[in-house]
Amino acid sequence: MAGFVIRRVLGGIVVLWLISVITFLLFFLVPKTLGSNPAVLFAGRAPSEAAIAGVTKKLGLDQPLVVQYWHFLKGIFVGRHFDAGPDKTWCPPPCFGYSFKNSEPVWTEITRALPITVSLAFGAAVLFLVSGVGVGIVSALNRGRLVDRAAMTVALGAVSLPVYFTGLVLLLLVSYQWRLFPNIHYVAFLDSPLLWARNLLPAWIVLAFLYSAMYARLTRASMLDVLGEDYIRTARAKGLPERTVVGKHALRAALTPVITIFGLDLGSLLGGAVLTETTFGFRGLGKTSIEAISTGDLPTILGVTIFAAAFVVLANILVDVFYAVVDPRVRPT
Amino acid sequence: MTTEPESAVAADSAGATAAKENQPYLDVRDLRVTFRTDDGDVHAVNGLSFGLERGRTLGIVGESGSGKSAASLAVMGLQRGRRTTVSGEIWLDGENLVTASAERVRSLRGREMAMIFQDPLSAMHPYFKVGDQIIEAYRVHHDVSKKAAKTRAVELLDRVGIPDARRRVDSYPHEFSGGMRQRAMIAMALSCDPSLLIADEPTTALDVTVQAQILDLLNDLQKEFNSAIIIITHDLGVVAEIADEVLVMYAGNAVEHGGVQEIFSAPQHPYTWGLLSSITRLDRTRADRLRAVPGNPPSLIAVPAGCPFHPRCQYADLAGPATRTERPTLETVAPGHRVACHLPAEARVRIFREEVAPSL
Repeated sequence: MAGFVIRRVLGGIVVLWLISVITFLLFFLVPKTLGSNPAVLFAGRAPSEAAIAGVTKKLGLDQPLVVQYWHFLKGIFVGRHFDAGPDKTWCPPPCFGYSFKNSEPVWTEITRALPITVSLAFGAAVLFLVSGVGVGIVSALNRGRLVDRAAMTVALGAVSLPVYFTGLVLLLLVSYQWRLFPNIHYVAFLDSPLLWARNLLPAWIVLAFLYSAMYARLTRASMLDVLGEDYIRTARAKGLPERTVVGKHALRAALTPVITIFGLDLGSLLGGAVLTETTFGFRGLGKTSIEAISTGDLPTILGVTIFAAAFVVLANILVDVFYAVVDPRVRPT
Repeated sequence: MTTEPESAVAADSAGATAAKENQPYLDVRDLRVTFRTDDGDVHAVNGLSFGLERGRTLGIVGESGSGKSAASLAVMGLQRGRRTTVSGEIWLDGENLVTASAERVRSLRGREMAMIFQDPLSAMHPYFKVGDQIIEAYRVHHDVSKKAAKTRAVELLDRVGIPDARRRVDSYPHEFSGGMRQRAMIAMALSCDPSLLIADEPTTALDVTVQAQILDLLNDLQKEFNSAIIIITHDLGVVAEIADEVLVMYAGNAVEHGGVQEIFSAPQHPYTWGLLSSITRLDRTRADRLRAVPGNPPSLIAVPAGCPFHPRCQYADLAGPATRTERPTLETVAPGHRVACHLPAEARVRIFREEVAPSL
């Protein structure tokens, strides 16, 4: 088992490295081939030739791409100097680049945005996992009955409604109309857990609304699949009470794929819930990257992308390990 | 006012005991299982009656969709879906399971009656250890410690011929071979010494050598526990090997029921002839090796009128017009041998002797 985990982690590191190479190439090569110069982007409005040359030197854009990538990679571990004559900038490790737009290391931006994204993702995850799986199970056990049809109709609606619609409607109602949650802004958990939860709750609900609908449908389908399995018939044939058949035999098998998807969803949510963050004005990773894209802040996009990818890779590893723990058939021996 | 219900109860219980005395251990009467579907009602079992004593083995044969499995699942009380209707009577040791509460039938399931399924891989939960699944089956019905139940599980695995049972008890189903899994399934079914064991195609998924071992095992266990066994199969070889009696099913009903000797040496129903002829014979010419019963099993939504087999029966013309309009009932033709066929009795005997038997 330890060997399995180590192999998975090593594999994950390789994947991350590949992602860093590809994103690096995309962000530094594509502008070049399109004829736009990244240096111009950093040099401010209507830059002079000298300013562009300065930025080019400072960012090392005059060096071969391989060398540029090497500096980038090294910076993550040992930090990096951006020097151009008297103009010196120090980016401490882990240096995921330096945002000249915001005049701060990308890492600072990430660490500022991360707690917001993590708060949003985990709170919503708890909500949608509990409600989605709960509704899915109830629906499956009452297949075809009114409660099932009603739940699945609502779920279909919820899946179809975009977050920026449900989010705005909810905001309008609870924040502006009824003033239950006025002036929503992020409060750090450590400052005030109560305010933290109070400010995040509407966003959690909006995000969970969408996801719990998907999870309800997924759980229902998985549960119905499993309930039709031969081993469920065997469990009944043994004379087990129905609650054991459903609660132990069916649930364990039915929830495995749900937990798998959950791990991956959580991984990508941690990379930033762009629409929800934007709708509620939380500067999480999603909103940070959207802003970076709109201002052409390449180092930030690069840093956040790699960071988000790391979450997805980590989630994948955790899901694989989880699967091996739950299902003896995939357990390495 | 007060005496009336009492006497009614007394009469009832007297009737029940009277019935019990000359009633076989398992007594199925006019069993009907109907599934409601969007296309119409599926009459999976359509008025099936048979009895079975302890210590005897009944082989139920018939094509896919003849109602073999539906009937046995009904006996087990596993046909209680919302779209399923079960009617008729299923008496097990003097108790009618059709009218008994679901909870009562559950408490009998696994203890008094147990079932073995066709595919032992899919019939065991892939996430739980073989031993734990047996322990669970034992502990539902016995209030014992986990440790005692585990000892029991090891004993059972050992009894059904699993080598090194003490170690294998902690294996997962996928770590067993097909034959071992079926042995483990049998061990699980036997955990509570059931007096009725239903085996639904227990050897279909196994290779031939393992098949024989499993049948031997069932035979031995029956001698040991004196249980009644129902073995559902479409393999007449299996029936010949293990069964005392044979019930031939067609379109949800019994068409012939008799001792294994009669069924193999003097079968009277054209469908039984068809089944016997369809046994693959390597000593015949290649073209003649596999003789199928012509046609397809009937739709169970619109079962043909009259004898349900008549559209496929090559002797239907000899049976008179009733065969197209009237459903034949099971008639006793010899002690313990019943047939449902409109053909005149002499014609059946003659056709089998002159036309069917020589080519078998």
